Order: sequence, then structure tokens, then C-alpha cells
Amino acid sequence: MTVIQKKTDHPIAHLSAEDIEIIGKELDAIRDRVVADRGERDAAYIRRVISTQRRLELGSRAVLLFSLFPPAWVVGTAGLAVAKILENMEIGHNVLHGQWDWMRDPKIHSTSWEWDHVSPAEQWKHSHNQLHHTYTNVVGKDNDLGYGIMRVDEDQKWHPVYLGQPLWNLINACFFEYGIAAYDLELGRNLRKGRHKSPEFRARARAVGRKIRRQVLKDYVLHPLLSGPSFLSTLAATFTANLIRNLWSHSVIMCGHFPEGVETFEKRSIEGETRGEWYVRQMLGSANITGSRLMHIMTGNLSFQIEHHLFPDLPSNRYQEIAPEVRALFDRYGLKYTAGPLPKQVASAWWKVIRLSLPDRRSTDPGATPVRPSVLPEPA
Amino acid sequence: MRGSFPGRILRLAAAVTTPLLPEDYLDLVAPLRAGADLRGRILAVRPETPDAATLVIQPGRDWRGHVPGQYVRLGVDVDGVRQWRAYSVTSAPVRRTDPISVTVKAIPDGVVSNHLVRRARAGTIVQLDQAQGDFVLTGQPPARVLFVTAGSGITPVMGMLRAGALAGADVVLAHSAPTAADVIFAEELRGLADRGAVRLVQRHTDVDGMLGVDELDTLVPDHLDRETWACGPVGLLDALERHWASRGAAERLHTERFRPTVITPGEGGTVTFTGSGITVAADGATPILDAGEDAGVLMPSGCRMGICFGCVLPLRQGAVRDLRNGQLTTAVPGDGVRVQTCVSAAAGACELEI
Repeated sequence: MTVIQKKTDHPIAHLSAEDIEIIGKELDAIRDRVVADRGERDAAYIRRVISTQRRLELGSRAVLLFSLFPPAWVVGTAGLAVAKILENMEIGHNVLHGQWDWMRDPKIHSTSWEWDHVSPAEQWKHSHNQLHHTYTNVVGKDNDLGYGIMRVDEDQKWHPVYLGQPLWNLINACFFEYGIAAYDLELGRNLRKGRHKSPEFRARARAVGRKIRRQVLKDYVLHPLLSGPSFLSTLAATFTANLIRNLWSHSVIMCGHFPEGVETFEKRSIEGETRGEWYVRQMLGSANITGSRLMHIMTGNLSFQIEHHLFPDLPSNRYQEIAPEVRALFDRYGLKYTAGPLPKQVASAWWKVIRLSLPDRRSTDPGATPVRPSVLPEPA
Repeated sequence: MRGSFPGRILRLAAAVTTPLLPEDYLDLVAPLRAGADLRGRILAVRPETPDAATLVIQPGRDWRGHVPGQYVRLGVDVDGVRQWRAYSVTSAPVRRTDPISVTVKAIPDGVVSNHLVRRARAGTIVQLDQAQGDFVLTGQPPARVLFVTAGSGITPVMGMLRAGALAGADVVLAHSAPTAADVIFAEELRGLADRGAVRLVQRHTDVDGMLGVDELDTLVPDHLDRETWACGPVGLLDALERHWASRGAAERLHTERFRPTVITPGEGGTVTFTGSGITVAADGATPILDAGEDAGVLMPSGCRMGICFGCVLPLRQGAVRDLRNGQLTTAVPGDGVRVQTCVSAAAGACELEI
């Protein structure tokens, strides 16, 4: 992809400024309707998911106490992997977005939740909720475009280091939670700029260190020790469960913004951006995954990435319900609703990582394509 | 090694369950156990009148009991939202582990009271606070007592009467309700009157009009000599306080007001940041985040457009309006309400904890 402003077939050139504001109003109306209707059913949903997740985790860990016995190893590892995926995706990510704050339950609240992840909730909320969700797909502003280690857009300048990015991406996928912790710390940038001695950075790094220690102690010391003679097999099981969780969440998250068809935006384009323009950027900057109800729950409903980016604070169980309406709005205004099955989207995202590891074959001549100052088309 | 043996076990258990706490798992199976946040389970809901019902609640193991006349704060999930309200305990204190009861009257537009009276079901878990309130009989019970109550104001008094602390005392109960059918505990009150435990002065206000304080001179001529407890609508309590004060007997009148903080939503208002002690005036269009920053408060902030939840702060009390859709949020202390300051404007006086 190339930032939308440099494309000759500008995907929103046909929209007037007025159209864009009407789209914004229609989306606001969808949001208001869900907010007014939120209630007992939604609360029961998240409590059911949380209770299921806790029972599953407890049960799986109990089974793993006997992990020397191979069937127990398989069942326990699978159960723990699913529990960890549910905890990170459908529960942690969404609670930390404030999707359930309206319930006023201090135990299910964005300000008090901590998740089964090495990045402390507080730091993740900053880099994800604030930076990524505000500056979605703005090249140079949204670090989620390649996580600062990869080139995933033609408009990111090529550098020989990107030759290795298929490998970086694979390693990042396996140890994704550590990748996210480093990313939330802005480790690379802070080290490069020599800010690693600043008290603020050190305090945050210490918080990450504490979180890693607690997570490692639990997964790789205490639970294996509790397993007695099954020490090593439980250790392997927990490692495998974490690996599966990492690979899964990495795949789902790659599908959100990297597949073909997703648009990116120039830094200048968001100066003075209106609410309607912000919405349109979210509409074009995200991609959905099609699939079954179970798949949606396992992705934390990030398979409705478009709906999530439009309304990051609506309860996740509602995304599926509003998706047809959102899609109809795309159709009405001739916008591309990017969606595809998981294997196709993962392949598309991986292909981009591989393709952009090399310098561009076609040289882009900036003079030949119109550069627009904003996502709004120029007045005729 | 630091800490006691149980303390070390607890720390070890927490290391095993991190990032959750052992209690998060225990709550799944034993929400009323000792050491848990205080909760209760509704055992039964018994209708009292067409719009009042008694809830029998089994409190958790850490319930410390109550003194007759005290109230308990109940946290109830209504339409998925946790709401806290105070209700008088109407059961007599027996053993600490026994169920308690509260009696709730559905008030017009009352979110929680209507839910409890009409929709609450046995088996539901509610959040509890320890009993509190000083509308109680203390020390030696007085020889002559007057209760002036109206509507659900009978509830704390019923708690006292049932406790039997006034056995042998000369008790007058002047109770008002719109009609005979609206009198909560009507049968039980008649029984007490028949036994001579109380003299009952009943007033059905739909027919006879409101009880005027001047009427007390004829209805209960010695009322100023009696130790008096009054509970009912604010208008009645104000009138009673003026009457007792003007006759120089203010110290013998005890009143119970359930809604000491009246939240009147408006456009804009004063915003107080309790931690820093700063108060500013803000109009109805200014986000509280901006108002705080302008006043030099170190406000947490993020996207400034309502999506990242980086600016959420506890609203101790007051009212705020969501600038996106006009939705009003009100809170009184203890409600545990948190708001996004970047999209909330003052809708009357409000206090934020920072």
C-alpha cells in the first residue's frame, strides 16, 4: 500500500466534505444506539466469558499437574493455550479499552485490570489505546505499522536492515508478548536516543521487569514445581501454551492493518482532521476476518477490526451485531470494506512483510502522483 | 523470612495466580466466604404492598451485624450497571450469621428501588457495606418515645420495634401513607397496637391530607417531652425540625435523611479536584480535563477524544454530562463512579478525586 494521498485512484475522491461528515453522523448514531441499549445481556456476557476463562485455566493447570502422562499434557496444554488466548484477546484487550467500564464494577474496569501478559496494562493502554487508536495507519505516527522493526508500507523508507524482516516477524510472532512489552517501552527509540538513563524510562522499564519476573515465576517455576515429578513436562506445556497464544494473537493482529486493501495516511493529512475524517480513516485503515462465532470470540472480536476501530469502547459482543449496518454504510458510500478468511489475510500480511523487505521495484515518482494535503478531496 | 506463616502462604498463592489474586478464583465458588469483599445473597423477595417488598439477604461471613435503626448500602446491578443505595435494616439483630432483611419502596423513576421491588430474584448476589448510621436507640431506652414516619420512613423504626428494645416503654407511632393499602407492615403494626406495645396514630394522606406539625399538639399532646425519631420525606423532616427547634426541644428530635446530597444537574458548575484542593468554575461545554489542566492540576490524559480511557478519574460526587451524546452521570460518595474527563463537562457542582 501507499499512503492514500499519493494514489492516483484515490479511494475517497468521490466523497464530498459533506458526505464525510454525514458518514460521521451515521456512525455516531450507531454508537449512540448501542450505548443506549447496553445492559444486563452484555454484562452477563463478559461475566460468563471471564468465569469460563478462569475455570478453564484452573482446570487446565490442574490437569497439567499430571503432565508426565501424555494425554494430560495434550489436554492441559490445549486448555491453557485457549485460556490464555481468551484472557488476552476477548477479556484483557477489551477490558483495557474501557469497553466494560460502564458496568461500574471495580473488578472489571480499565483502571484496575491487569492481564496475563508481560507488558503492564498501564503501558500497553498508552501505546495501544492512545497512540495506535488515535493515529491509526498514519505513517510516521502509528508505530503499529511494522512495530518500528518492519517496513509494511511503500512509504516507509527502505533500509538494508529490512532484508531480515521476514525473520524478525517470525521471531516476534513466537515471543509476541515480549515484543509488545519492548514496543510499549519504545525500547529501540529510547536506546537509540540515549534516553535509557532518564528516570521516567527507568521506572517504566522496572515495571516491565517486575511484570516479567512475576509471569516467568508463575509459568516456568511455580506451576512446574507444583507438578512435582512432572516438572519438566509442565514447563514444556506452559511454554507451548504461551507460544500458541503468541502465534495466534500475532496472526490476528497482523490481519487488522497489514493485509492488501488497507489504506495508510500521510502525517500531514490528519492536521485539523474532523470527526468524520477520523471515522473514514478508521474505516479504510482496518480489515476484518470472516469466520465462525468461535473464531470471533478467540480473536477477541478483533475479527471485527473495522467496527472495533470505529468504536473502540463499545462492548466486543456488539461488533458482530452492528457489522451488517456498518458494511451497508461502506456500500452506500462506495468504500471498500476489507475482509477475508484468516488464512487468506495472514498470507496477505506475510506476503507484504516479505515483499517490502526488498526495495521497491517500481520507482515511485512523487511528482507524477497528486499529493493531497488532507484526506478530503480537493474542491472541484 | 518476613511475615507470618499464613501471610507467606497467601503471597505464594498470589504468585501462583498472578496477575489475578487467589480471591478472584475463590469468588467463583464462594462469594460470601470470610475475607471476601462483603456481599450478600438474596434469599427471598416478599411483597409488602403493591409497591414495596422485603428482601431477605444472607450477608457474607465478614458481616459485623447492625444496630436497630441503622441502614446498609446495597450495590445492585441494574441493567448491567452497579448502583449503590442505602436501605434501613428492618430485621432484628439476632446472630451475626443470620439473614437480614431490608424493605424497599419503589419510588417513581427510582432505578434501583423499582428493580429491587419488581425484578430482584432469590439467588442474586448483591454487594454490601457494613451497617452504618446513627439513627439508633443508644444507652438506656427512654421511657417515652415518639416516632414520626411517612412512607418507607417506617423501615428503620420497624427495625427498632422488632428488636424489642422498647418493650415496656410508652411508644407513640405517628405514621403517614397515601392510603391504607400503602402502609408497609400494616398488619404487624396493628398487631403491636392491639398488644398495647405502641399507640398507633395513622394518617392516610390521600384522604386526610398531609400531617401538619400543629396537629401534633392535639394528636400527641406531650410530643415535645418524648424522645422523638422521625424518618420520611425532606419536607416533613424540615417542618419537624423547625417545630422542635422553635419550642426549644431540638435535642430530643432525631431525624434520618436518606439523600443528604441532592444532585441538581445543570449546565456547567464548579469542579473540585479533591487531592489538590483546587476548585474551578467550568461551563457546560468545557471538558473537565481542560478545566483541570487550565487550573494547573496534573491531569492524566490521552487521546482527548473519548477513545483511549487514559483520562478516567473517580467522580466522588456531583453530575457530569457526556459531551458526545448529552448523557448525564451522577454520583454520591461511595458509588464508585469513574468518568472520562476528556469528554465530560460539569453538569452542576462536582468533585473529582485527583
